[in-house]
Amino acid sequence: MKFLFERDTWQEVFDSLSKNKLRSALTMVGVWWGILLLIGLLGAARGLENSFNRLFGDFATNSVFVWSQATSKPFKGFQEGRMVSLTLTDTEKLKDNVEGIEFVVPRNQNSSLVVRNFLSGNFSINGDYPLLDKVQKKKLVHGRFLNQNDIDNNKKVAVISEDIYKQLFQKDAEMIGELIKINGINFTVIGMFANGNANMGPTSDIHIPFTTFQQIYNQGENIGWMMLTGKPDADIRQIEEDAKLLLRNLHDIHPEDKRAFGSFNLGNEFKKITGFLTGMQFLTWFVGIATLIAGVFAIGNILLITVKERTKEIGVRRALGATPFEIKRQIVVEAVFITIIAGLLGIISGGWILIAIDAAFGQGAEAVMVNASVSIAVVFIALIILVVLGTLIGLIPAFIATKIKPIEALREE
Amino acid sequence: MLEISKLHKSYPIGDSSLHVLKGIDLSVKSGEMVAIMGSSGSGKSTLLNIIGMLDEADEGDYILDNVPIKNLTEKKAAIYRNKFLGFIFQSFNLINYKNAVENVALPLYYQGLKRSERIEKAMFHLGKVGLADWAKHLPNELSGGQKQRVAIARALAANPKLLLADEPTGALDTKTSHEIMEFLQQLNDEGKTILIVTHEEDIADMCKRIVRLKDGVIMEDKFVTQVRASQYV
Repeated sequence: MKFLFERDTWQEVFDSLSKNKLRSALTMVGVWWGILLLIGLLGAARGLENSFNRLFGDFATNSVFVWSQATSKPFKGFQEGRMVSLTLTDTEKLKDNVEGIEFVVPRNQNSSLVVRNFLSGNFSINGDYPLLDKVQKKKLVHGRFLNQNDIDNNKKVAVISEDIYKQLFQKDAEMIGELIKINGINFTVIGMFANGNANMGPTSDIHIPFTTFQQIYNQGENIGWMMLTGKPDADIRQIEEDAKLLLRNLHDIHPEDKRAFGSFNLGNEFKKITGFLTGMQFLTWFVGIATLIAGVFAIGNILLITVKERTKEIGVRRALGATPFEIKRQIVVEAVFITIIAGLLGIISGGWILIAIDAAFGQGAEAVMVNASVSIAVVFIALIILVVLGTLIGLIPAFIATKIKPIEALREE
Repeated sequence: MLEISKLHKSYPIGDSSLHVLKGIDLSVKSGEMVAIMGSSGSGKSTLLNIIGMLDEADEGDYILDNVPIKNLTEKKAAIYRNKFLGFIFQSFNLINYKNAVENVALPLYYQGLKRSERIEKAMFHLGKVGLADWAKHLPNELSGGQKQRVAIARALAANPKLLLADEPTGALDTKTSHEIMEFLQQLNDEGKTILIVTHEEDIADMCKRIVRLKDGVIMEDKFVTQVRASQYV
């Protein structure tokens, strides 16, 4: 391995590559293109994945929403068409009895007139537990989210969204500790959260403690709807089925009544998209690696031509005392060197492509690709594979070069 | 210096084989300057290639400087070539993307010499052939005679025991040929053993001994009075 650190080795490599610029360049294009494509594709795939993740990002993706509707079958003396209502006890029972559930978050929602000084608007008011923050992460810009103390003391506090702040407050006005009037009752603003990508789920403008909501809207034990979140490895569809079956049981509803409880399985929808992403990633890798291999064959091919072209030179070198090993080493070092340089150029220009993708598609809330990138580890593994393949493919022309008898090489005109 | 006895070589041509060398006996002493002559197909180039370890004999012995040359691995042959032999070719065979001094330094590279040493030695030999000023020029910037002189410098660089020249003047005009021959004669005067394959009588006359080959056997082997090339220059 000592020869790798000798200036002469590299002088020879540099000489033969730089004096044959065209074929060196052509060889490099193959590898460069392969790496470029691999990085571009992987980065784009990652960008798409990130944008999907951002879409779902605020939610625990392993979730299902359940709400109550009217029954569709008569049961135990009840007529069909009876309105059912979910209650707080349901949440406790679900949490205790359905396997794989991590959180059950009861929620209430209502629409009310909200007034501050001379500004007002109609917004949705949510009665929530602090637990909501666990399943639907709120990005708080100022202040805090609801806490257990707010719940216990039925405090009249509100966490508002950035949108509401803009509608009810002057620009740059302090909002923490300010009062807003909801349904004619004064609430103290304790926090403001940034607008998430509100494309998912119901809009949530103002959050007040669940218990306070119960009081001011006279809800009693009833809840509007609930979010069930499964443990990371739990099957969310099974949880959905089990939960609805239990709820039918608790509310004296026909076990086969499909209409009594509505649900939206976020986990399921998410899985479909991740399935699509996985497929796309596989395709990306497949195309990328196939291109890389094509690049490596390009190296092999051109080296082979090179060896044919340089048969005479190789003959001369051998007449001057080069051992077959030295000749092989020279060709392999050339192959590896060219591969690494082209690979690095590919990585750099691949990076530029990702920067361009980011500039073109990665900006703003509606971005198609978010943070299109590849991990350095992947890039270097690709490069290493390339170098190994480059070496192996370089060995073929190297062996052919030394198979030729020096005398035949010299005769070649 | 060089002992060859009962050397046979044949090349397969399709199903049959062509018997090129049919028992060559040749003994060359140190300091000789031998011309190997013969028409094309007489086996002179084959003989030179075997002597140059570029090819191997089928039968017979070849002893170079008391070292029997037989069943060499490619690696060993390469080392012997580097150590014992200097080649001069008709078509010069310089590496076209290396300049004169790099070409001359190439055998030294394969000897494992340090770069500075190589360049120093190469410059010395280039100076000897009178091309020190042309050291940085690529072969295609040199004339035929200059190229051959670079090739001679390269052959000399590794300080070989034996210089093998295959039609060294074949690609040169008469005047340049004589210059090259004059130079080879000078080298011989200094004690180098030189073997020249040629088909030109006047070139052969400038050697000290002429070996004539015909159909794979030595027809004639005689010592001659050397014609000095300097008288033509």
